Amino acid sequence: MLAFIARRLASTVLVMAIVAVIIFLLLRLAPGDPVAIIVGDNASPSQIDAVRKRLGLDDPLAIQFWRWASRVLVGDLGISIFSGEPVAKLIGQRLEPTLSLAATTLSLAVVVAISFGVLAAWKVGTWIDRAVMALSVASFSVPVFVVGYVLIYVFAIQLRWLPVQGYQPLGDGVLTWARHLVLPSIALGLAYVALIARITRTAMLDVLAEDYIRTAHAKGVATGPVLMKHALKNAGVPIVTVIGIGVALLIGGVVITETVFNIPGIGRLVVDAIQTRDYPIIQGVILLFSGIYVIINLLVDLTYTLLDPRIRH
Amino acid sequence: MAEATAAMATDAGQPVLRRAGAWRFVRRNPTMVAGLAILTAMVIIALLAPWIAPDPLTMKPVQRLKPPSSTFWFGTDQLGRDVFARTVHGARISLVVGISVAALAITIGLVVGLLAGTVRWVEAVVMRLMDGLMAIPAILLAIAMVSLFRASVGVVVAAIVIPEIPRVVRLVRAVVLSVREQPYVEAAVAGGARWHKILWRHILPPTIPPLIVQATYIAASAILIEAALSFLGAGTPPEIPTWGNMIAADRIYLGRAPWCIFYPGVALALVVLAVNLVGDGLRDRLDPRIARRM
Repeated sequence: MLAFIARRLASTVLVMAIVAVIIFLLLRLAPGDPVAIIVGDNASPSQIDAVRKRLGLDDPLAIQFWRWASRVLVGDLGISIFSGEPVAKLIGQRLEPTLSLAATTLSLAVVVAISFGVLAAWKVGTWIDRAVMALSVASFSVPVFVVGYVLIYVFAIQLRWLPVQGYQPLGDGVLTWARHLVLPSIALGLAYVALIARITRTAMLDVLAEDYIRTAHAKGVATGPVLMKHALKNAGVPIVTVIGIGVALLIGGVVITETVFNIPGIGRLVVDAIQTRDYPIIQGVILLFSGIYVIINLLVDLTYTLLDPRIRH
Repeated sequence: MAEATAAMATDAGQPVLRRAGAWRFVRRNPTMVAGLAILTAMVIIALLAPWIAPDPLTMKPVQRLKPPSSTFWFGTDQLGRDVFARTVHGARISLVVGISVAALAITIGLVVGLLAGTVRWVEAVVMRLMDGLMAIPAILLAIAMVSLFRASVGVVVAAIVIPEIPRVVRLVRAVVLSVREQPYVEAAVAGGARWHKILWRHILPPTIPPLIVQATYIAASAILIEAALSFLGAGTPPEIPTWGNMIAADRIYLGRAPWCIFYPGVALALVVLAVNLVGDGLRDRLDPRIARRM
């Protein structure tokens, strides 16, 4: 068990190191001199050389990487070119909206998707099953921003049930906070729901064909407990896996959703950085989001051992 | 193509039977046929765009934000441009990006995957690199690449291809690893066949059916990512109409002129849905092992 966790931790560190190298090299491949961007247009060649030396940009790549990586490890993501503020600070200021959106979407999506998936597997072959599967293919095909604008048009502009855009901090009251998150969470979660519901249905169908399910039915266990206790728990591994893999979908979607709904989160930070070509911000956000993705998938692997004690190889 | 194979399966020589075979294919795969029909229509529309639609760039400020009518089928946008013309022309970028990303990702992924599956030291390096690439969310990687270079369709295609390659490499390697242990490959090795012959005759063919399926899913995802990049202003240059930048440009007029967002949005969803339906249909036919699992 401990050996398994240690091995998974080691491979996580390795993957993150490779991610860091890729992101580092990507920005170094950029055409144009980063020093020229920093000093501006009016600098003389000797000033440029001085800044280059001061920043250590004339050292070998490996040394530059080492210097950059050791700063990242203590949470220093560099300085934004545009605003001159530390990137870590800018990210910190925008953490709450993004975390709120991610948390509501994730919890809503997982509950809805697993319910639909279990329902479709239980009623396999009926119109309910077919409707769930058709909805799942359809919602996998509609981009986040199209769903977002349709929701805004129907529920905010026409029906006026919910606010059009924006974000209210949790500190200003739970109700307004939640009202601002309903539409973004649905838009962001739709494709994720489709993905999880599909896998849940498949995994449940596999388990429902097992002998012990028939035994449970035969000895008079009610349908509810058979589905939720006997079947769902044993179908857990593939479901948890896809919840983890699907987080990538969610992260990409956050960037778009925050733009559609004008939410001042980390996603907006990176979109604004595209316009100003603020590479340190782009670099910092990618690193952060990749780290989150890798850590979530590490947690997923560790929950396997709780769901299925046989996976401790 | 699939219809042709279905027809051949019955009897290519007799026209009556061939028609019956085609009809049976339609009846058995209604969703796949629907997807193929939508895609064919879209390809024709995209190819004939300059002839069936007016110029997508002509601005008529007097006619701005006009609702759909007999002159402007899909209405006009904030600059008085014809939304129908722009939607029709937008199909070109989506389809070009979808097809070229799928072709490039499959080709590069196949070569790298075959190498990784057969040469040991390549495997160690490549698979770690792929693990790293897969950990970076595709849209963010694409955003970073597009923001580094000047926006053009080529850069957008490259930026979408790179995050898709690891999936192809993993798939190819998995197939190669399972095939490598098969008795017929061992027999070929024992028989003294040369390695390129083994690769070409025995190892390559079984990777093709799952790759065809994978290509459709990559095309669908490429179309979605291109639209997202255009929407975020990190994609195709704004002078080329795409569904993504159309929606981005007119989103503030959602309440006044919903047609500016509705039509490109529907077109986008329809194309991606069609590609996904064809993909699901191909998967059921070509890859029964996965078909049972999904």
